[in-house]
Parts: sequence; C-alpha cells; structure tokens
Amino acid sequence: MLLHHAFESSCARLPAKTAIVCGDERVSYAELAGRVDALASMLRVRGVERGDRVALFLDSSVEFAVAVHAVLRLGAVFMPISPLTKADKLAYMLGDTRAAALLTQARLQPVWQDALERSASVHSCVVHDAQGGRTGGDRVLGWPTGAAAVDGSRSPELIDQDLAAIIYTSGTTGVPKGVMLTHLNMCSAWRSVQAYIGFREDDVIGLALSPSFSYGLYHVLMSLGLGATLVLERSASFPVKVVENLARERVTVFPGVPTLYSAILGLSNLANYDLSALRIVTNAAAALPDEHVRRLGELLPGARLFSMYGMTECKRISFLPPEQLTIRPTSVGRGMPNQECWLVDELGRRLPNGSTGELVVRGSHVMRGYWEKPVETAERLKPGGIEGERVLYTGDIFRTDAEGWLYFVARGDDIIKSRGEKVAPREVENAIYALDGVLDCAVIGVSDELLGQAVKAFVTLKPGAAMSERDVIRHCLARLESYMAPKSVVFMDDLPRTDSGKIRKLDLR
Amino acid sequence: MADHKAALRQYIQDNFIMGSNGTKFADGDSFMELHILDSTGFLELISHLEETYGIAVKDEEMVPENLDSLDAIDAFVARKLAA
Repeated sequence: MLLHHAFESSCARLPAKTAIVCGDERVSYAELAGRVDALASMLRVRGVERGDRVALFLDSSVEFAVAVHAVLRLGAVFMPISPLTKADKLAYMLGDTRAAALLTQARLQPVWQDALERSASVHSCVVHDAQGGRTGGDRVLGWPTGAAAVDGSRSPELIDQDLAAIIYTSGTTGVPKGVMLTHLNMCSAWRSVQAYIGFREDDVIGLALSPSFSYGLYHVLMSLGLGATLVLERSASFPVKVVENLARERVTVFPGVPTLYSAILGLSNLANYDLSALRIVTNAAAALPDEHVRRLGELLPGARLFSMYGMTECKRISFLPPEQLTIRPTSVGRGMPNQECWLVDELGRRLPNGSTGELVVRGSHVMRGYWEKPVETAERLKPGGIEGERVLYTGDIFRTDAEGWLYFVARGDDIIKSRGEKVAPREVENAIYALDGVLDCAVIGVSDELLGQAVKAFVTLKPGAAMSERDVIRHCLARLESYMAPKSVVFMDDLPRTDSGKIRKLDLR
Repeated sequence: MADHKAALRQYIQDNFIMGSNGTKFADGDSFMELHILDSTGFLELISHLEETYGIAVKDEEMVPENLDSLDAIDAFVARKLAA
C-alpha cells in the first residue's frame, strides 16, 4: 500500500464528484486526476526519477494537491515548503536535499528566483500562473495545461519502505532538519488517525491551515484519499471569510489551532452563520483555553471536539476523545491506535502512571530520521525493546494521571511555539546578528494570550549604533517566516551571563 | 484621497517590506497573495487605520474587499470618513 493509492482509487470511483473547492474554482476527481497525469508526465520527461526530491513551494491551492500526487506517482519524494519561507532558507533546503525539481507559482518569484540561482541541483522549475517573459533560463517551465499525456508515469518498482516526503522542522541549532517519512510511515499515521476520528466519504473538510505543515497536509491527503470534498480556505487572515465559507460549503470537518479559534470566537456576528453541518472540530499545536472549549461547545452543540498532540516526526501521538473533554479538559489524551507511548526518566527507565518524564513513541509511523543529519537523528531515535527497532524520544516532557492520560508540561528544548508554529530562538538570533550595529542578542518565548507564546528579543548595540524596535522587526520580517519575527524588542546595555559567559535566558523571563 | 494612499503605501513599506527582499506592489495588488501581510499583519494594519483616521473597523468589515489592497483600503477609509 502506497500513500497515493487511495487517491487514485477515489479518482476511479468518483470521477464526477467535487474533489477540491478553492475560491471560485471547483475541481472534480476526474479533472484532478488529469492534472496529476499532466504534471507527472512533464516531470518524467524532464528526468525526475524514483527517489528524487521535489520541492513544493506553493500556496494552499489545487496545484499543491496536484503536485503532491504527481510527485508520488513518479516514486519521487515531495518536500512541502511554507510559502512564507524566504530565499536564504529555501536555497538551504534545495541544497540540503539536492532537489531535482521545484514546483512553485509566479507570485512567489521574488523568493524562488534568488534561491534557484544558487541551486546547482534543480534542473526543472515548474511555475504556475507564469505570465510569459521567463527569466530563469531553460530550467524554468510553465505549469502543464490541457489533457493528460499518454505516459502513465508510474513507478511500479516502488515499495512502502521508500521515502514519500521530507518535511522540514525547526531545529534548536537554528538549522532546519528534514524529517524523512516513508510511504509506510505516512500510511500508518493515516490509518491510526482514521481509526479514532472516522472521516467519511461524504465529509466536506474545510482547511484554513497551511498544507505545508503536517497537520494541514494530512487533511489534503486523507480528504482526497477518502473521496471527500476538500475546501481550501485562502483567507484565513479574515475570520469572517472563514466562517462564511464554513456555512456556505456546509463544511463538516474543521481542523484548527488556538489562534484560529480565538479569531473566530472573537467575531461579534458569529450567530448569523449556520454552522450546524460541522460534526468534527479538532485542535492541535497548543492547548485551547478552557473558555474557548466551553464556547465552541455552545456554538457547535452537534460537533465532536478533539484535542490532539503530535509532531512532524511521527505526525500524531495522542488524542482526547470528545467525551473526556469535560472530565479532563487540559489533557491531550492518550496514545492513538496501533501505537505505544510511555514516559521515561533521565536514565531512560519506563515510568508508571502518575509520573512526569519524557514522552517516548513506538510505532510504524515514526520517521526514518532527519535527512543527512545522523547526530540529530541519534538524539531522537534510540534503540527500542526489539533488536534493531528504533523508538522516538520526543524531547517533550509530559505527566500522566493515575489512568495514564497525558498532560503536556514543557518542551525539553528551547523551541518557541507561536501561533502554533515552531520557532527556533537560534534562527531568529542568527537573523538579528546579521543586522549591522547589533553586538549581542537573545530570543525567548513569553506567554501571550493570542499567540500562545510571543517571540521576544533582547538586543545590545555596538557603541555608536542606533536602531528602533521596528527596525529589528522589519529586518526579521524580510528574512524569516513572518511568525518567527519578534513581536517585541528590548534594548539593553548588557545581557545577563553565566560565569562561563553564556547568556542566561532564564534571567530574561 | 491621494494623500491617504501615499501615506498608506509608506506605512506598508516601512513596516512590512524592506531592502532587496522588497516586493513591489501596485495599488490593486493583493497583500495576501503577495505574502506582504499575514493574519497578524492585517490586525496591525487595522489598528493603524483606527488610530490614524479615528475610525472603528467592525468585525464584518474585516474582509479582503475592504483591506486587501491599497485601492481597497483607500476606498474603505473614504467611505468610513464620509459616514
């Protein structure tokens, strides 16, 4: 069983059904299958082969779904990259994986053009919505249109041990790590999630999250694999639009994160919209405040609300059944089906219920490792109970109650979770150090009602240098994904240090 | 209204765009599609409009039709000031 087989079966079974709604565009399964064929054929002609890495630098769009399935069809490995990514990081990712192709769109040209110029490996850059006037030489091609090519573009030799995707995640060193996921990893995660959540073919799944990250990506894969209808919401910045679309399309499944729910629940005219079709609402990335749990329950009496926890390295770990939500509202639940998880102490000894320790996960959904990063891989994947087996040390600290329900305590590293996205302080500090006049800086997360955590920077300047808070923020916005830019900047004469000279971040809190 | 538009362009340039990474945008271009503003950026923009022009932006007015390009904001602010 390979990751794209379910999608191909949906296309064969439900050709006339609407697969994706995106803005004014409504695409049937037959139409989608044709577009996948056309792109896969083009990539094959260009020389993309089994195992090649293909970067997807695309907005949430029909093209994103087409690109995922075309790459899988060829036996190649897709790498979803957030459209918020800036040129330096994109260039790093293309270089790190020696990507063979880049699938992108005209509006992102200011970013990808720069990265493409620095890439020796990318031989084909396929651009959606290209307006003539190519600028990247013969590597740059327009997105294929029209009928499917004759070539079926299959890779029959592919097996489920082959890589399906590489998804980048923030690392504490400030250098992103590529999480390697096989077809088996992703199909296993899918089956475990499906076993407890129960999506159906007649569902309409409303996705306002980015499909470049694991949480959103699986909704694209599962919706199309089940033959459901996927509604891609491009206006997530405008809560009124999100709610309008939920009502108009009669959306039945809605995955969200606390900032999104907070924006929606903040609308004064919410009662004007009929959201009664919603039957499953999920939250992940950070805990929902009790007040929001209560208000969602009142607003959507017919919907089941799942609180969930996961990480890119294995997609999902735990879920709280909706009927447990009033009993233990702050728990992220227990392990999902076909997966074992437990807590260990500092020496790796398994702890009984009622303890606090690092969460360890065992299952066939656990990643293969970080792409060409053996040291980082060894920190997370360690020998399990069976010879040759490796289990995932999440680095996150949890406690369990007497019945084994999990409660998040703290991250084992200094990664900040802001707006549900991971921010590595080192990555932000590196960007700030690039500013002329900066002597020293330290970045921490401070709790923030709206964002979960807000990024806060402390900066000391070289003698004679002058800059404002806004200068620092603007500089970061130009270099980093927008959610990584500091929300506030404090200028100091000195940063607190340990005897050995290390910055004492604890003293900055 | 040309003054408003120039001032707004300057505000967007100063706060969200910078240097060689600067994205060029026309008066009718979507901030969302060009990734100039994200959800937090739109909230900052709304606070800026409320403070600068002394207007109150209602929830139902927080839509792309009113906020997602210089032209849209200009027309929206003009309507609000005339009301």
